[in-house]
Amino acid sequence: MTAERVAVTQEAADLLRSLADTHGPLMFHQSGGCCDGSAPMCYPAGEFRTGGSDVHLGELAVDGIDPVPVWMSESQFEYWQHTHLTIDVVPGRGSGFSLEAPEGVRFLIRSRLLTDDELREFGLA
Amino acid sequence: MTKYAAPGTEGSVVSYESRYDHYIGGEYVPPAKGQYFENPTPITGQTFTELARGTADDVEKALDAAHGAAPAWGKTPVAERATILNKIADRIEQNLEAIAVAESWENGKAVRETLNADIPLAIDHFRYFAGAIRAQEGGVSEIDGDTIAYHFHEPLGVVGQIIPWNFPILMATWKLAPALAAGNAVVLKPAEQTPASIHLLMSLIGDLLPPGVVNIVNGFGVEAGKPLASNRRISKIAFTGETTTGRLIMQYASENLIPVTLELGGKSPNIFFEDVAAADDAFYDKALEGFTMFALNQGEVCTCPSRALVQAGIYDRFLADATERTKAVQQGHPLDTDTMIGAQASNDQYEKILSYIDIGKQEGARVVTGGEPADLGGELSGGYYVQPTIFEGHNKMRIFQEEIFGPVVSVAKFDDYDDAMKTANDTLYGLGAGVWSRNGNTAYRAGRDIQAGRVWVNNYHAYPAHAAFGGYKQSGIGRENHSMMLDHYQQTKNLLVNYSENKLGFF
Repeated sequence: MTAERVAVTQEAADLLRSLADTHGPLMFHQSGGCCDGSAPMCYPAGEFRTGGSDVHLGELAVDGIDPVPVWMSESQFEYWQHTHLTIDVVPGRGSGFSLEAPEGVRFLIRSRLLTDDELREFGLA
Repeated sequence: MTKYAAPGTEGSVVSYESRYDHYIGGEYVPPAKGQYFENPTPITGQTFTELARGTADDVEKALDAAHGAAPAWGKTPVAERATILNKIADRIEQNLEAIAVAESWENGKAVRETLNADIPLAIDHFRYFAGAIRAQEGGVSEIDGDTIAYHFHEPLGVVGQIIPWNFPILMATWKLAPALAAGNAVVLKPAEQTPASIHLLMSLIGDLLPPGVVNIVNGFGVEAGKPLASNRRISKIAFTGETTTGRLIMQYASENLIPVTLELGGKSPNIFFEDVAAADDAFYDKALEGFTMFALNQGEVCTCPSRALVQAGIYDRFLADATERTKAVQQGHPLDTDTMIGAQASNDQYEKILSYIDIGKQEGARVVTGGEPADLGGELSGGYYVQPTIFEGHNKMRIFQEEIFGPVVSVAKFDDYDDAMKTANDTLYGLGAGVWSRNGNTAYRAGRDIQAGRVWVNNYHAYPAHAAFGGYKQSGIGRENHSMMLDHYQQTKNLLVNYSENKLGFF
């Protein structure tokens, strides 16, 4: 399989590298819901306990640091599975416990629809 | 119309300090690490004050103060606690205009909302819990002729509260009023997007409370929120926010075996049955206003009616009329009392809304109106404004399933009652819902069939104290806004007393 569900922009990858310097290996869990929700939350790896109700969407390859796994709850994935997600970063002031917030920036999801080829690879077409 | 001057400028009714430290033990305490962060207004993007950037040391100091104050506060007669809550309400009422303008400046919301909703509701909330705690009864159970079980409500002690940014003062009040009424001391962390207005409030009411009963530590979630939520010295954590942080907070709470209350958002359906258009009258007009409620508070409400479901027979006409009503929403300077929709609370919030508008278009949803950022010109060009947006699509689209937290409504058609209920309940969330019908039977049945904690029938976005508010499904745990919240801030002491002089005869 070659298709990927997740990707990362250059700016976000640079930020991940600098966060990993301070915090060690990292992970993402995509949130749903209120105020600061519908946003990718970045934690030290293992800080957030994933379990049987989560789906592992893939790993972000960032030069110089451990691959960064991206997770989402299975119930949310039901509604998201037809889209490809790119983790980007914008100036801002996120709440939640995501690691980047004190830097004055916030990770953000950019989405696109999976192509027909990708849908076939994921068994969705 | 009135246009208020910006806080701190000539003619303004209110001024912020240029810096706020932590509020601990009744006084202002500088942050242990000496760092501060800037607080911009989303109205123009300009910084207007700076706040202490709290860390674990500051949280510990606040917990010291809270633990110092909690025993005496918990034993203070309820009449006295209630009197203090009433005095807090009176003091807020006397300063309503100043607080309302200050909150609008910090959050970006239209001042007519803070003047007429946020702050009046906060005042009423303190009064409600002053009354609720006076009216609360314990229990007496007669086990047998000699044995009585007494049930007392006792405070938890010291509780942690993490407040969202969409209604900075009202959401703080929803958590503070029941916690204080129940006799707890509090360490509260405001959202980092709106950390200052609560300090302005404390500058007005702080003297009414014993030192240490309310402590406020500012800062970022990872630096100040986590040391609070994961702390062994809190007996409960209350949080309003989103699902992932909610889960993380529950994980921390599980390590310390403490209870949590969570309010985690929704994707609320607003359902219009075709009889709403049976006459072109005041009720139809009210229903159209109900549709347009998605733009209230810039859509930054956990119960934003962000999915409108309209019955097929009236669909085209209703959507046309609702679009016209939406286009009439006046966007402008939030401190102008004619403005109906102000600025989104932060840049990342603004960017996120635009990213959702983008995926909505990619998924083939039709933009009926809006769909773009709004540049209001002049000083407002630096602020974060989005046009009220109506999408037409279907319920499997992501814009129908995710909380955008912006002035965006996604509209779909339904055929009959069963179809409406199926679509309404096809969501992860269950916080709010709206039902509009002239037929009481239909409205009642729909209200009961929708899996949500709050269903508004023939109205929307009312939040009176005394009406329980909280989520079904993934929208959270607990019920705020009602005396039942007292239970979430109390534990039950059972005193089991035997009045017999005689032994059991076992030993």
